[in-house]
Order: sequence, then C-alpha cells, then structure tokens
Amino acid sequence: MNSEKLLTVSSSPHVKGPTTVRGVMRDVLIAMIPAAIVSVALFGFRSLLLIAVSVLGCELSEFAVRKILKRPMSLGDLSAAVTGVLIAFNVPSGLPVWQLLIADAAAIIVAKQFFGGLGHNFANPAIFGRIVLLVSFPQAMSAYPMPFAWRVPVAVTTATPLGTISSLGVSGNIADAMKASDALPGLWEMFLGARQGSLGEVCAAALIVGGVYLVIRRVISPLIPCVFVGTVFVFMFFAGHFSLYFALYEVLCGGLLLGAIFMATDYVTSPTVKWAKVVFAVGCGAVTSVIRLWGSLPEGVSYSILLMNILAPSLDKLFYPRVFGAVKEKKKKGAAA
Amino acid sequence: MAEKLTLKQEFTKGILKENPTLRLVLGTCPTLAVTTSVTNAIGMGLSAAIVLVCSNVVISALRKVISPKVRIPSYIVVIASFVTLVQMLVKAFLPALDDSLGVYLPLIVVNCIILGRAEAFAGKNPVLRSALDGLGMGIGFTLCLCAMGTIREILGNGTFLAGIADLLKVFGDNVFGGFNGFDLASHYPGGVVPMTVFILPAGGFFVFGMLIAAVNGIVERKGGKKAREPDCAACPMAGSCAEAGKSGAPKGEDCAVKNGAKAAAAEQAGTDGAPVPAPGTREGGEVA
Repeated sequence: MNSEKLLTVSSSPHVKGPTTVRGVMRDVLIAMIPAAIVSVALFGFRSLLLIAVSVLGCELSEFAVRKILKRPMSLGDLSAAVTGVLIAFNVPSGLPVWQLLIADAAAIIVAKQFFGGLGHNFANPAIFGRIVLLVSFPQAMSAYPMPFAWRVPVAVTTATPLGTISSLGVSGNIADAMKASDALPGLWEMFLGARQGSLGEVCAAALIVGGVYLVIRRVISPLIPCVFVGTVFVFMFFAGHFSLYFALYEVLCGGLLLGAIFMATDYVTSPTVKWAKVVFAVGCGAVTSVIRLWGSLPEGVSYSILLMNILAPSLDKLFYPRVFGAVKEKKKKGAAA
Repeated sequence: MAEKLTLKQEFTKGILKENPTLRLVLGTCPTLAVTTSVTNAIGMGLSAAIVLVCSNVVISALRKVISPKVRIPSYIVVIASFVTLVQMLVKAFLPALDDSLGVYLPLIVVNCIILGRAEAFAGKNPVLRSALDGLGMGIGFTLCLCAMGTIREILGNGTFLAGIADLLKVFGDNVFGGFNGFDLASHYPGGVVPMTVFILPAGGFFVFGMLIAAVNGIVERKGGKKAREPDCAACPMAGSCAEAGKSGAPKGEDCAVKNGAKAAAAEQAGTDGAPVPAPGTREGGEVA
C-alpha cells in the first residue's frame, strides 16, 4: 500500500510557486487604496458609492454569466473586483449609477466572459467598459465636477485640464499661455490631484505610491509604465517646443498614470516578451500623444491601450526569443526549383 | 443535396435554418451598415429581396443557355439589370429612402447573398424552386435586418420605426394618419438616455454577434447541424494524428482530437457533464 503510493507519480508541475491569481489581484486592490482615499477626499462620498457599486456590478455580472454558461465559479479570484474598481476610477464622480452598471456588465460579460474568462480576454475589460461609456454617454462622461465641489451646494462641472489645453489652441509658446490661464491648476496641484478628472486619475502621487507598491511586491515590472510615460514625455517635449513644463504637465494630465500603471500592465492583454513589452509601451505612448495633439478627443489613453492590447499577441510573436543554442533555420533557396 | 427538399422546405429554409446573414454569414456589409434604423432595414431588405427573386428566376430559366465558363459575368449582368431597375424605382417614388441608403442600394449588385444563391442554387435548379428559394432567402434577410434594426434603433436612438412615413408614402399620402414611428426616449424615466454605441459600427458588431449566437443556439436545439464542426482537413493536429488521412473522415470515437476536446470540455463543466454534441452526426451534403 505504502510502496504503491510512493511509486505513483502525478503529472507535472510538481513544484508550485506561492503566486496565485487571488494574491496578485489582492495586491492590485491594495495598490489602488491610496487613489481611492484621495478620490473620496476630493469628490466626496459619491465616489465611494461609485466604487462600491462598480465592484458589486462586476462581481454580480461575473456570477450571473458563469452560472448561465455553466462554468465553474470564479468570484474568489478577485479579478472582477479589480475590474470594478478600475472602471469606477475611470469615470467622473457625477456619472449616473445605471450607466456605471452598464459599463460593468459590458466589461465582464462581453469583453471577458464571452471570450472565455480571465486569461482569454482580448482587451482589458476595464478599458473596454470605459470606452463603451465614452461612446455611449459622451455628455455624462465629460461633465467633470470641480474638486471639493461636494462641499458647496451647487456643483459646477467643467472641462478637464486636457480639454482646456486643447481649447487654448496656442501654436507658439504653449507653456507661457498655460501658466497665464486661470482655468489651469499649477504643476504642484496637478501632482497632488486638486484638479478635475475621473475618480482615480487625478492624484499622481497616490497612483505612483500604488505603482511602487506593485513593483516592490513584484506584481508588475516597471518596464511598461516607465516606457509608456517616457514616450509621452519625449513626444510632448518636442511637440511643446522643448518646454519641460508642458511635457511634465501632459504626463500628469488625464488618465496617463492610471492607464500606464494599472491597465497597460495587465498580464492577460500585454505582451510577455521583453522587447515586445517595450514596443507595446512605446506604441501606447505614441498613440496617446497623437490623439492628444491632433485628435478630436482631448484624451487618448484608453484608445491607445485598447489598440495595443489587440496588437499584443502579434508583438509577442514578432519578438519571440531564440531558444538557447538553437540555430536559425536557413531559408531554402532554390529548393523548389 | 442528399435528399430533395419539398417546395415548402425550399421556401422556409432561408428564414432560420439557412438564414443568409445569420447562418451563412453572407451580405455582412449592408447588414452592419444600414441597420441603424428599422425603416432603413425594411427598405434595404425588401429591395434586396425583390432583386433576389427576379434574378433567381431569370438565372434559373437561362441555366441551360449560359455557358459554365462565363456564368459569373452573366449572373452579374442579370443582377445589375434588376438592381438598376429597383434603384430607379426607389429614386422616383421613395427619394428619402434613397438618400438614407446611399451607396448601399447600388451595391446590392455585389451582395454576396444574391450572387451566392445564383451560383449555389438558381444555376442548378428549376424556376419554381429558385423563385421560392429567393423569396425565402429574401424574407430571411429582411427579418434579420429588421431584428438588428429594432435592437439598435431602440437602444441606440430611443426611437422605433422613425421615418417610416417615407416608406408608407408608397400607399398614398396620409393613409396611415401621418404615422411616423414612436419616440420612446421621451417616455424614458428622468435621466435615462439612449446608448449611442448601438448606432455606431461597434454596436452593430455586438448585436450581429449576439444574433448569430442566438440563432445558432435555436437551430442546434431544433436538431440542425452545428454551425462549425471542423474536419481533418481543417484540423491543426492532422500532421501528428494517426487517424488523419485514413479512408474517410474519422467518425466519432476514432478522432483523437475530438475526444481530447471532449474530455477537456467535460472537465471544465465539472461534474455537471454538460451535453457535448456527439461528433459524426453531421449531415450528408453541404451547401456550396
């Protein structure tokens, strides 16, 4: 009996690492806590409500669709919760709750579960949910309440700094025009988050803290976020006539840091090979910059990530590493003749 | 065709079982382009159906005259003649519809459904059968467009049958009391607005995919054949599979790949044991 047990060998893998989907997702959730706290401070308890509703909406969608499709339950892996928080981070605090729920359902059901669930989705579900909202309800998605507006009875909604910059329409020295404009907060305010924007994108400091936590916990590698942000910085440095102020401002604007740290680094929808990752991140940065500078939309982070998500498998194939010791097969010339 | 269908089956097959857009996936371009409103969908569907029936009848009548070598140009000439006729009629009597369909009306000439039926059916079958086939396919196409148009218009625009007065004008002015569709959005509860994404191309693809899935589900439940069942020729494992290349397709339990997939599917379904359709139940012939 005992020897029989000894001789029975299960199939590999025999050694398992401690990393689990649940653990990774829990770390991502922890990394998003600073940004969530800042959003509550800036936009009031409505942002807490939106985050909670979004998480619930995602988990419920996941539960319902897996029940109907008779797939094993996957609520415990927390991936739907991460999607929920990210979608809430991507909307303005005044968004009606029912619109948020539509985005949750679209993200989880259409983008994730219809393609086979976690690990099979072609695009980041949160990005997909945001874009569904963006094209469906452009009005609600561009009404950004002022920070701390929840303390005053009449809430004012305005354009984000990015929208203001593109409406300035200055072709010469953009940095001086920006410094002179009353509608634009200063660099320091941009860094701390005292500006209009989506729930989670406003506070660069909180996002960077979360990103550093993820890097220390080795959940993400800093490669994609650094190259993504770096590309936008370089692009804007040249586009703004070598103005450091303008380039820094553009980096802190919009959802760039949120997208670069939390959404472009999604394991499922970003490449796995190193050089493919670099090209992926450069592509994200370039598309973002091009949309911001010449597109009709003020912000392009979500579209750039969606586009590069779709290219990710091809990039992986393009930069497939050579097996150690293997010789590249020579093309047979004239073999057919 | 393994066995001959009755005349009634010839007519009804186009509506669900071999629906041109949802089962054969032909004519996708007009399907996605014009279904932003039900009115456009009806106009497009009926125009295509008229061309389809007429061209099927003429091509079937001429099938023994047309040389196989020049059959495609001949079919196109016949189809183009009818499309020109329909286009002139629409321009004369329904100018508003002509405006909203735009380039998609003359493009019926190269609609895959019409050429596909000419090639696959009318060129080989007698006139009556071809006419019924064209009628069934045309109605199937129109129904599919209407279904997509209904979903997209209600969700994306908040209206239903908007602009239908332009179509009803055929029967005379104000016959239907000036009925011009319903404005549903004005009855929505406060703050609820239509989702623009549904009238954009992306939403068209969503709705199209969902409808294909739904119709495939219905047809399979009724015992029709599965939409896509790979055989050895299309199988990526054919090179290393011992059964591939043996006489005939491996039936049922012989195919290692299918058994593997079946085991994986059963494993994924857990103890539930979702019914996996048995391979090898595929029906004889397939429409070209």
